[in-house]
Amino acid sequence: MKRLSRLRRHRAAGPILLVFALFTIGTTFQVASAVSNTTTTAADRSATIEEGKQLFLKGCSSCHGLNAEGGAIAPSLIGVGAASVDFQVGTGRMPMADMSTQAVRKKVVYTPTEINALATYVASLAPGPAVPTDAVLNYERDGSVADGGELFRTNCAMCHNFAAQGGALTMGKYAPTLMGVEPKQIYEAMITGPQSMPVFSDKTITPAEKLSIIKWIKAAESEPQLGGTALGRVGPVTEGLLAWTLGIGLLIGVAVWLAMKAR
Amino acid sequence: MTARERIAGNVAGYVDDRTGAAKWMKKNLTKVFPDHWSFLLGEICLYSFIILLASGTFLTLWFDPSQREVIYDGGYQPLSGLKMSAAYASTLNLSFEVRGGLLMRQIHHWAALIFMVGIVVHLLRVYFTGAFRKPREFNWIIGVGLLTLGIVEGFLGYSLPDDLLSGTGIRIAEAIIQALPLVGSYISFFAFGGAFPGEAFIPRIYTVHVLLLPGIFLALITVHLMLVWYQKHTQFPGPGRTEKNVVGYPLMPIYMAKAGGFFFIVFGVTAFLGAVASINPIWLYGPYTPGQISAGSQPDWYMGWLDGLVRMSPPIETHAFGHTISWNILLPGLILPGIMFTLLALYPFIEQWATGDKREHHLLDRPRNAPNRTALGAMALTFTLVSLMNGGNDIISTTFHLTINQMMWFSRIGVLVLPPIAFVIAKRICLSLQRADRDLVLHGRETGRLVRLPHGEFVEVHEPISPEKAWTLTSHEQLAPLELPEYDQAGVRRPKALANKLRNRVSRANAVAVPKATETERRELEGHH
Repeated sequence: MKRLSRLRRHRAAGPILLVFALFTIGTTFQVASAVSNTTTTAADRSATIEEGKQLFLKGCSSCHGLNAEGGAIAPSLIGVGAASVDFQVGTGRMPMADMSTQAVRKKVVYTPTEINALATYVASLAPGPAVPTDAVLNYERDGSVADGGELFRTNCAMCHNFAAQGGALTMGKYAPTLMGVEPKQIYEAMITGPQSMPVFSDKTITPAEKLSIIKWIKAAESEPQLGGTALGRVGPVTEGLLAWTLGIGLLIGVAVWLAMKAR
Repeated sequence: MTARERIAGNVAGYVDDRTGAAKWMKKNLTKVFPDHWSFLLGEICLYSFIILLASGTFLTLWFDPSQREVIYDGGYQPLSGLKMSAAYASTLNLSFEVRGGLLMRQIHHWAALIFMVGIVVHLLRVYFTGAFRKPREFNWIIGVGLLTLGIVEGFLGYSLPDDLLSGTGIRIAEAIIQALPLVGSYISFFAFGGAFPGEAFIPRIYTVHVLLLPGIFLALITVHLMLVWYQKHTQFPGPGRTEKNVVGYPLMPIYMAKAGGFFFIVFGVTAFLGAVASINPIWLYGPYTPGQISAGSQPDWYMGWLDGLVRMSPPIETHAFGHTISWNILLPGLILPGIMFTLLALYPFIEQWATGDKREHHLLDRPRNAPNRTALGAMALTFTLVSLMNGGNDIISTTFHLTINQMMWFSRIGVLVLPPIAFVIAKRICLSLQRADRDLVLHGRETGRLVRLPHGEFVEVHEPISPEKAWTLTSHEQLAPLELPEYDQAGVRRPKALANKLRNRVSRANAVAVPKATETERRELEGHH
């Protein structure tokens, strides 16, 4: 015992133990991750589906039905695919708070793992568009800003406005602003067509073109306000408002001052 | 005489010997103008017009008014390599490559918006104070002409860059032209040199925008000002002010300084807006292609009310003899504005007809003392405001979480129902203000000082107003209603009986007023106190 305690106090004991601990942790992680990689296909997938089903039964089934078959107030989710679930739940639109017009983007309720489970469960019901992977979403490399702008103006601007600021639709529905929307979610919206939005299949707009659109939206988002304050980028309405308030207001103010009698 | 005075005198003498200007200058430099802030509103228009001429000239140095197709290779990356018209490409170039170009473009556009705002505010001042009455009817008509041309000129300028927004505007203009029965499609072919959009339209409107209309503007503005000069400026009533004099300050030096200074203020405000606030960011709109459109496409505000009328119009069409008449465009796009501008231009004569007052007026009315005119103005304003609001229905509905359908129905009903309500409310407010004036003259100003009398009663002390103020409040005349005969002495109906009956009725409504305080009433009350 005396010897052990003496060794414990040796100068080199600390560093040696540290190296040993790092080595142990490293190898254990390597082995463990290798193991999980090999078994994720079968057993883990069914576990995820089961987890997703449980989450679905708790959070979604009251409207979408116990087997996602839909009901009087909500559509069937059979065949909508993982991308649709990832978009709707990942932007906080689902679960829905107010069913009067359309689902509103709000705080996300589920964690990424839970969203993945829900998406995997819904995708297991029938095939549908899958969540695009990061490899697919390399818009910086595969997209073209100018083409994206042209495609955006042809296909998207009529609802989302020329600068992707959003716009009005009928009966209180609206196309939301695309500022601050993740590239993945923009991509998912195009392939699944949420709310009033049409589906832009890969035949209508190819995956490369979709990436160009995303690249243009991101460029518009980060574009500096070139001519001064952008006034919301909604066109002449705010410009007219400014002319009628600040513009003429300042001038009338000065006119009143000029016409005052000198004291 | 100092050396300086001698030199100045020699120069002046030299010029006068050759031009004879001294006599004219002596008379006109001392011309007196009355002082009121609202008399400077027209100057806002004049100065923004000068700014428009100057900044517009700068823009023409780089703008290429051509619809020839080019491939953009300029500095703005999001449009790089796209096909576009030379007009659009040169506007991009003007915005990004030319030093100070974007600032000039923005100053030009802000000055245009302020020019139109100024015209409308100036028109409202002239209308509500009755400054259009004899002898100024022609100048009123010139003013209405300037307003109308301003709308056209502004629209053409907005259309020139050939961006997605302006192309949409031209498309709507084309639709309105085509809505003309029988000749519409021919006129459209004539204007566009073939099918829309063609390659002829932008070069054509460029000539109109930079040459024809500015020329007409210059001529009309000159006549407008010469008439003001010749007829002298109107003034508000007050002690010492009559129909035969003008009380104010001389042009030189007071108004030279004020007006000259005001030009720089207007230029400063316009340049400030041009420097800090983006306007018409054409690079975001993209080049025009007939297949594209943006949500929330709007015209500039002075066209907004016309757009609002078109947006609210119900879908009515007539099919006859193989032709379609699109009332949904024809009515709000051409007929209604035509009626409105005609009524506006003819208003001085309509009022003369209704009041029978054909005398000269150089003293202005306070709006409350002409309740019917004020109420009619409130009615027209309400109509235009509802239409203008509907022009921005998409932006308003997304901003305030309304539905576009609610907005449309509100406008459809409101545009008919609200103006008469505004008429009644404005008229009642005018009469109440007359009553308040009468009270003020008879009982004086409320001092807010409460006094307790020996027997316990509390009274508020009223202070008589100054004789000058009392004069100002009572100097206006209250017209008696017309009593035009319907029958002649023999009891036979006159040829104009029906018209006379109508005029009597309108004039009776027009003469409704709270009787102003008279001197006798005032003395009588003073005796009581």
